[in-house]
Formats: sequence, C-alpha cells, structure tokens
Amino acid sequence: MSKPQIELETRGLEAYFGDHRALHGISLQAEKFKLLALIGPSGCGKSTFIRCLNRLHEETPGAWAQGEVLLEGEPIYGKGVDPVSIRRKIGMVFQRPNPFPMMSIYENVASGLLLAGVKSRKELDPLVERSLKQAALWDEVKDQLKKPGTRLSGGQQQRLCIARALAVSPPVLLMDEPTSALDPISTARIEELLVELKKSVTVIMVTHNMQQAARISDQTAFFLMGEMVESGATEQIFTNPKDARTEQYITGRFG
Amino acid sequence: MERQIDSEIRELKELILTMGGCVEKAIEEATQALILREPKRFAQVFEQEAKINELHIKVDETCVRIIARQGPLAADLRWIIASIKINTDLERMGDQAVNIAHNGARYLTEPPLKPLIDLPRMASEVRQMVRGCLDSFVRKDLILAEEVLSRDDVVDGYKNEIFDELRNYMIKDPLSVERSLNLILIARNLERIGDHATNISEDVIYALTGQDIRHGHVSLDEVHAQAGIPVGEHS
Repeated sequence: MSKPQIELETRGLEAYFGDHRALHGISLQAEKFKLLALIGPSGCGKSTFIRCLNRLHEETPGAWAQGEVLLEGEPIYGKGVDPVSIRRKIGMVFQRPNPFPMMSIYENVASGLLLAGVKSRKELDPLVERSLKQAALWDEVKDQLKKPGTRLSGGQQQRLCIARALAVSPPVLLMDEPTSALDPISTARIEELLVELKKSVTVIMVTHNMQQAARISDQTAFFLMGEMVESGATEQIFTNPKDARTEQYITGRFG
Repeated sequence: MERQIDSEIRELKELILTMGGCVEKAIEEATQALILREPKRFAQVFEQEAKINELHIKVDETCVRIIARQGPLAADLRWIIASIKINTDLERMGDQAVNIAHNGARYLTEPPLKPLIDLPRMASEVRQMVRGCLDSFVRKDLILAEEVLSRDDVVDGYKNEIFDELRNYMIKDPLSVERSLNLILIARNLERIGDHATNISEDVIYALTGQDIRHGHVSLDEVHAQAGIPVGEHS
C-alpha cells in the first residue's frame, strides 16, 4: 500500500483571541482527495481551526495564530505569504449560504476569477459553467444566469457558494457546517456533491451531524475544549473509538 | 442523564433475556425428558419454541426501530449489531431443542439401548455454555464470554466419544441402529447448540471490545492487549 499523500497539515497549531488560547497545539493531517470531518461540541475550537487553515482567523480583531500550517508542504504562515493568495488555494463555504446580494448567479461564480484577473467573457464563461457543473447546479440555473443569486432556494444558494469557491480551482475546500441550515433533501444533494468533489479536491468539513460525518467522510477528528482528542479513519471512530471522551460525545452522552 | 437510546437498549436486552430464558427452558425440558424417560415433558419444548419464535420477530423489530430512530454509533451500534446476531443464534438454539424433542420422542418409543452416561454430561456442559453466553451478554463480562469459548472443545469431545461408542453398537447389532442413530442425532443437536452459544459469546466480545475474534481474525491475546478493555467489569 502506498503512503497517503498529505495535502494539508498542521503542526502544533495554536490559535488565540487576545490572551485566550482557543486551540492548544493541534497536529493533524488531511490526506489528498479525502474528506476530513471535524466534530466536537460547540466552542471546542473546530471552526477556529479551519479558519486558521486559510488565514481567516487573523481577520478577527485581536486574533492570532502560531504553529505551522503546511499546504502541499509549503508553510502558509511563512514570511511574505499573502493571505489572499492562500484563500484562493483554500476555499471556504460557510454555514449559511451567503451569495453576494447585488450579484447575479453568473457574477457570483465569476467574482473570484475577476479578482484573480480573468477579465474576458471568453475565458470566464467556460470556467463559470465548469464550476456550476461541479457544484451540481448548472442544469437548474443555466437558463437564468442573470438572475440574482439570492433568488435561489437555500440549497441552491449553498451550491452556488460552493461553485463560487470552486471557480478559482482551489486544491482544498473548507466547509463550516455547510448543511446545517438546509432541509434533508438539500443536505443529501450537498453530501452527494461532496463525495463527487473529493475526487478532485481535498475537503475539510466541520459538522455537528454525526451521521453526516459517518456517511461521507474518510477521516474524522474529534475536538474538545481546544484540543484534538482523537483522529482516525471514520469507520474506526464511529464503530470503535479509542478515547472514552470520543465515545461519549458521538453516542450523545455529552456535548 | 439517561438517553432515549439507553431505555430502548434496555428494553431490547430484556427481550433477549426473556428469549434466552425460553431457550434454556426448551433445552432443559428436551434433555431431561430424554434422560429421565418422561416423554410428556417434550410438549414443553414446543411451547417454548412458539414463544421463542414470537420473540425472534420482536427483537428484530426492536433493533430496526432503534437503528432507524436513534442512529446508534460506537458501542451502542456494536450492541445493536450483536443483538441482531444473537437473536438469530437463540432462535436456532430453539430449533435444535425441538429437534432433540423429535429425536428423543422416537428414541423413547423403544426400550433403552444403554444407560445414558456421556449424553447427560454433554447436555449439562451445553446448558452451562448457554447460561454462560447469556450471562456474559447481561453483565457485559468479557471473561465469562471467553469461558464459553473454552467449553466448546469439551462439548466436541463428548460428541466424538458418543459417536464412536454408538458406531460400535451399530456394527455389533443391527437392531440397535435406529436407536443409535437417534442418540447420534441428539448429540449432534447438542453440539450445534454449543456452536450457537460460541457465536453469541463471540458477538458479546465484539460488542464489548470492537474486536472480531471469529475465525482467528483477531486473537484473544490481542483483545486483551488492546488498551482500555473493561475486563470483568460489570455494568
């Protein structure tokens, strides 16, 4: 068996809000083209963790991080690394669908590309189409690309946000509870989509839905009070967790 | 705080225990009827079997309901999976008790072939296996489950001795063939019950530790070596 290829890795990652340490030295590896699920009770630090992975954490006033985050072996907190360029490589989708309100479906998807300097319709059109197809939204919106993104249903809006994140071809996609605001049908569509997406993108997803993590992730990491208690193959975590706290959390004894 | 799934698993456990009680009773009546030559007692076996069949359905329904409604994970999930399998084994044990009753009833229509010595011992050993696997299930006791596994060799030993002895009877006296065959079938039925008790113990070990020891997939030593096993811990 060949050694798994590591796409993104943290080593002793600590995150702070002022003096308060929210993450206590997390070392975790995300394998290439796999889905890593982060689980844990509210306030355990899992969202802070993924916000450190694309340098979004430091945008909060007083927030800072230390330790290493390596994308394909390159430190993203290295000197002279532009956070914006990192966010182009590590996309993010949030809990609530947040299409840009004044923009059409097309403009939403094209926005990242425009910022990256892609200007001509000739170049933009195929990229927008590809992204919407990747996000399994194309068939539903191809005849109404000029319609405002906010007119779509919740599930469609979330897929639009996924398309927007995918447009700049990031190798990694971060998702912070991407289906918690959606109904079961929309959730199922997003889950299907993620399983398809991870053939070409490495996905790291925060979820409060244990069954969701069990259904679609390859690896699972359990966070508790700013620490990573346990990580491993999803099947192992959900059938035979090693740490008693993991067992208690996933069987609903606390959290 | 008790979770909803705790009370549902408790209900499941009670059903399985009731079923186990019926199985024990069926085996007891079947073997005692034979040993004491009291054919009337065979009727009890069929009564128990009817109850076992009813519980067989009920246990499966309960497991399906818990999976559908509670989405069990980790140890909860392992106990539900083990319960589904234990249910099957218990039902088959009931069937074997019925087979003993049929074969025993035929045997008792004729005078005794010989004093029964090894067969009662074998029956007692098998009943202890059944009791042991059920106790290990209730008490979540790894050591008890392992004890059942070690008894299976004793039961197999008895079966081989009984087969050998009766083979000699059949060779010497053609008139003994019918009765010998009935006793051989009964020894075979008892052996099967022991196998089912072994299966149940293996399922209990899986539920407790997450380790599958069937077919030597994982050794008992490895199970023991695994950190954090509640060895002998009763809960």
